[in-house]
Amino acid sequence: MMQGYETVIGLEVHVQLTTRTKIFCGCATAFGQTPNSQTCPVCLGLPGALPVLNRKAVEDAIRTGLATNCQIAPRSIFARKNYFYPDLPKGYQISQFELPVCEHGWLEIEPEQGVGKRVGITRIHMEEDAGKLIHGDTPETAGYSMVDLNRACTPLLEIVSEPDMRSADEAIAYLKQLHQLVVYLDVCDGNLEEGNFRCDANVSVRPVGQRTFGTRTELKNINSFRFIKQAIEYEAERQVDLIEAGDKVIQETRLFDSTTGMTRSMRGKEEAHDYRYFPDPDLVPLVIDAAWIEAVRSTLPELPEAKRQRFVSQLGLSTYDAGVLAADRKLADYFDACAKASGDPKACANWIMGDLLRKLKETDTEIADAPVAATLLAGLLARIADNTISGKIAKTVFEKMWQSGQDADSIIAAEGLKQVTDSGAIEGLVDDVIAAHPGQVAEYRSGKDKLIGFFVGKVMQASQGKANPGLVNQLLKKKLAGGDD
Amino acid sequence: MTMTSPDFTLAALREHLDKKDLSAVEVTRAYLERIAATNPALNTFITICEESAIGEAEAADKRIAAGDTQPLTGLPIAVKDIFSTRNVRTTCGSRILQNYRPPYDASVIDRLKKQNAVLLGKLNMDEFAMGSSNENSAYGPAKNPWDRTCVPGGSSGGSAASVAARQTAAALGTDTGGSVRQPAAHCGVVGLKPTYGRVSRYGVVAYASSLDQVGPVTRDVRDCALLLQAVAGYDPADSTSVDTPVPDYAATLEGDLQGLRIGLPDEYFIEGVDADVHQAVTAAVDRYRQLGAQVVPVSLPHTAYAVACYYLVATAEASSNLARYDGVRYGLRAEDAENLIDTYMKSRAAGFGTEVKRRIMLGTYALSSGYYDAYYLKAQKVRTLIRQDFLEAFNQVDVLLTPIAPTPAFQLGEKVADPLTMYLSDIFTIPVNLAGTCAISVPCGFAENGLPIGLQLIGKPFAEATILQAAYAFEQATDWHHRKPDLP
Amino acid sequence: MKISRADVEHVSRLARLALSDDELDALTHDMAAILDYVEQLNTLDTDDILPTSHAVPMENAFRADVIKPGLTPEEALSNAPDAAGTLFRVRRVIE
Ligand SMILES: [Mg+2]
Ligand SMILES: [Zn+2]
Repeated sequence: MMQGYETVIGLEVHVQLTTRTKIFCGCATAFGQTPNSQTCPVCLGLPGALPVLNRKAVEDAIRTGLATNCQIAPRSIFARKNYFYPDLPKGYQISQFELPVCEHGWLEIEPEQGVGKRVGITRIHMEEDAGKLIHGDTPETAGYSMVDLNRACTPLLEIVSEPDMRSADEAIAYLKQLHQLVVYLDVCDGNLEEGNFRCDANVSVRPVGQRTFGTRTELKNINSFRFIKQAIEYEAERQVDLIEAGDKVIQETRLFDSTTGMTRSMRGKEEAHDYRYFPDPDLVPLVIDAAWIEAVRSTLPELPEAKRQRFVSQLGLSTYDAGVLAADRKLADYFDACAKASGDPKACANWIMGDLLRKLKETDTEIADAPVAATLLAGLLARIADNTISGKIAKTVFEKMWQSGQDADSIIAAEGLKQVTDSGAIEGLVDDVIAAHPGQVAEYRSGKDKLIGFFVGKVMQASQGKANPGLVNQLLKKKLAGGDD
Repeated sequence: MTMTSPDFTLAALREHLDKKDLSAVEVTRAYLERIAATNPALNTFITICEESAIGEAEAADKRIAAGDTQPLTGLPIAVKDIFSTRNVRTTCGSRILQNYRPPYDASVIDRLKKQNAVLLGKLNMDEFAMGSSNENSAYGPAKNPWDRTCVPGGSSGGSAASVAARQTAAALGTDTGGSVRQPAAHCGVVGLKPTYGRVSRYGVVAYASSLDQVGPVTRDVRDCALLLQAVAGYDPADSTSVDTPVPDYAATLEGDLQGLRIGLPDEYFIEGVDADVHQAVTAAVDRYRQLGAQVVPVSLPHTAYAVACYYLVATAEASSNLARYDGVRYGLRAEDAENLIDTYMKSRAAGFGTEVKRRIMLGTYALSSGYYDAYYLKAQKVRTLIRQDFLEAFNQVDVLLTPIAPTPAFQLGEKVADPLTMYLSDIFTIPVNLAGTCAISVPCGFAENGLPIGLQLIGKPFAEATILQAAYAFEQATDWHHRKPDLP
Repeated sequence: MKISRADVEHVSRLARLALSDDELDALTHDMAAILDYVEQLNTLDTDDILPTSHAVPMENAFRADVIKPGLTPEEALSNAPDAAGTLFRVRRVIE
């Protein structure tokens, strides 16, 4: 970025909701089905068909509004946004315009570079998605576009931020925060490749110190966080170059090309858009009273920020560990369950962030599908705590638990991994080791204390790891001190 | 009983079928024959359902034999070609839907089918219900059975003309600005526009969504109550359907009119109303006094603004409702287009008629950037004033009595060239749609030239029972409904 | 503010309606007359009046989030002017 300029960014994010059915009809919203197999008169836009609002979509909107500190509108209205496109069956999109369901919220962000700040959320409105256009490349389809309306009428929330971000890093931080939040709230699957979470960026530049905004351009549908950063940075540079060259930025929509890393104008000969918004007479006002809002609020999960704070202040985790564990709701839930069952949050955190995450990654498993469930892991930790097994044996037990799905006790018993705590049995092993290593015994006795580790290792080896290391240590020290022979 | 010229009310047919001196198949065949004989002259049907009607009649006869008869079981009904009928062509009077066969039934059609009524066919109409004369049909105008050089009225012209011509025992139409009531008046039959939300719009091809309502067209008031009873009621598939219990309309039909307060709105008794119409309506007022009603003058001060308001609200909604006819998923597609936008522009140009284009253009303009406040929003505010006029009048009276139209049916071609004059002929029916309330048209006499004249009774929202009762009392005291046209 | 022929042309593009020169002339005339007629609404003071979008007051109509059987792809495409497999086919959209 050229010195003396500042980038101003506002983001519009389209979040696809996790409802089972579409926003205005009873068709399923499953991804990747046979084209046009999830349609009905409503989402095909057949003559005479009428929309009826999905109550769950409204509740998801309220959840998202509450979690982003918005005011929930006591009365909101659906409007028609009129334009022609083959993926838009009715020739209009049902959206909200003048009275959206949520307004005046904010989100606290912490960019990796720079300082934390609050980004305003202008509004959140509900709308239906369009269908999918496929551009033909087979002999049968070249020169044509194909329309699949399975996605048409899928519920979306459009979350519009204030132009409060001043760098691509801040924009990324906002998007990651928002993404984490909607996944946490269970209102969105958050799958970027499937288009669950889509972002348009409004970008302008201005000389530092100037109060008014420069002319903005809108960057459309960028489908990864990395591309968003590239697109914003490219666009800001482009605008500064224009201004420096004495040209003007034109207000327009631009497309980001991920292969070139550049943005290009979408403006064709097409008529400038005039969406002719008006209230949809087929739908009635959405009225949300305080009781409904409170009922939804009572179902909100603990949000990531609150979780992080609790993990640190109540469970004694480090800020870093708390951050990692709170970032994903399912991981955090796993941790909470494990910590509660075992009573040792720190040990849980260590095991989860070590062996469990490694194993999940290696086997490409979702935490919900992990064969070692939270209570099972807690069972394992309990056997370490009560000295039934050593930490080292525990790793073997964990591995076997993962493979079999059995609990720790069954595996310890079946494999005979129970730690030997009988001092008589251990004493025999200690005696054998001392007898077998007279040289080292002499060195030890002459003051080389560090050799104790060597003896412990030998005894543990002889016990196949099952001897209680504390007991071994204790007996060795006593015997090597030359007590009884 | 001779069946060469079927001439039944729904109520009479019900008795015959229940007594089993006629079968539904016999009745259906008789009507189908009559349609075949008269349709070339009247052009009332766009599609005749010969085969399926017989099949439905057979199913109805079985049901009657099994003792599981519903009020409409086996009764022949025809519907305006605006109702989606599964696998039966539904053109909406337009070229753009010439070959469209819906894969689903409108909710009211579903209700008729559940009772095993017999669907005789799909009736002619002004394209997309835009018109007052049926001359805007892509399939040629239906003719008025009383004088085939005259229009039957519109947009449900086929519905009214087919009932008057005894091609069907009853019909369904839709009423956005008078489209059930005005043709009923012009054809000498009964037509009712229910309160907005009383009958489901699901599956009814939309013209102006905030004004459209489904209504019965019948030979007499009792049949009107019977057919309304069958189609009225809450439908979860229509968000604007109202979940209010449906009263038993037949049960209150015969109540007397002692103490009924009838208002005559000053604004509806004005110059420009045809002398015959004025005389017939005035005679009806006298008749009501004789029947015990109390008649008082009232005022609906914003009446003069209704037509202007309507033509902004209705066209704006229509411009959006008709955007779906793009030739992508169904309907006409122009083949000579150069690119996709050209496909849209040429398909729509080829598929829509002049009046539909005119209204799409007007509505698009009224919603377009810079004009929304001046036109659409202004009209929605005036609509509030018009609605308030009615609510205030209904503080003083139970029913309003007015003419349906300023003149009887006019000549085919008479008003085609001047859209504004055509629009103004709906001045007495439009305000009711804007106010969302209910009204009925009932025959009240004949003009010098032999054309029927209709009387309008307007009720409070959801007071269909009241206007049916008032209309029934008048009908029983007169014999206008017994007259029938000299049929071809 | 009299509507011009250019305005009518612009609206015809918004409405995706190809119009002949004769149609444009006729519509310019008809729309001007109708707009002139609706001017009378401006004689009413509506500053403090709320707009009516439904004549019968209504609010909150919902459906439950429950899957309802819809149409088969064959039914969905049964009226399609052009199709490829179970997809609707149109002239290529150029972006
Ligand atoms: Mg949007
Ligand atoms: Zn659907």
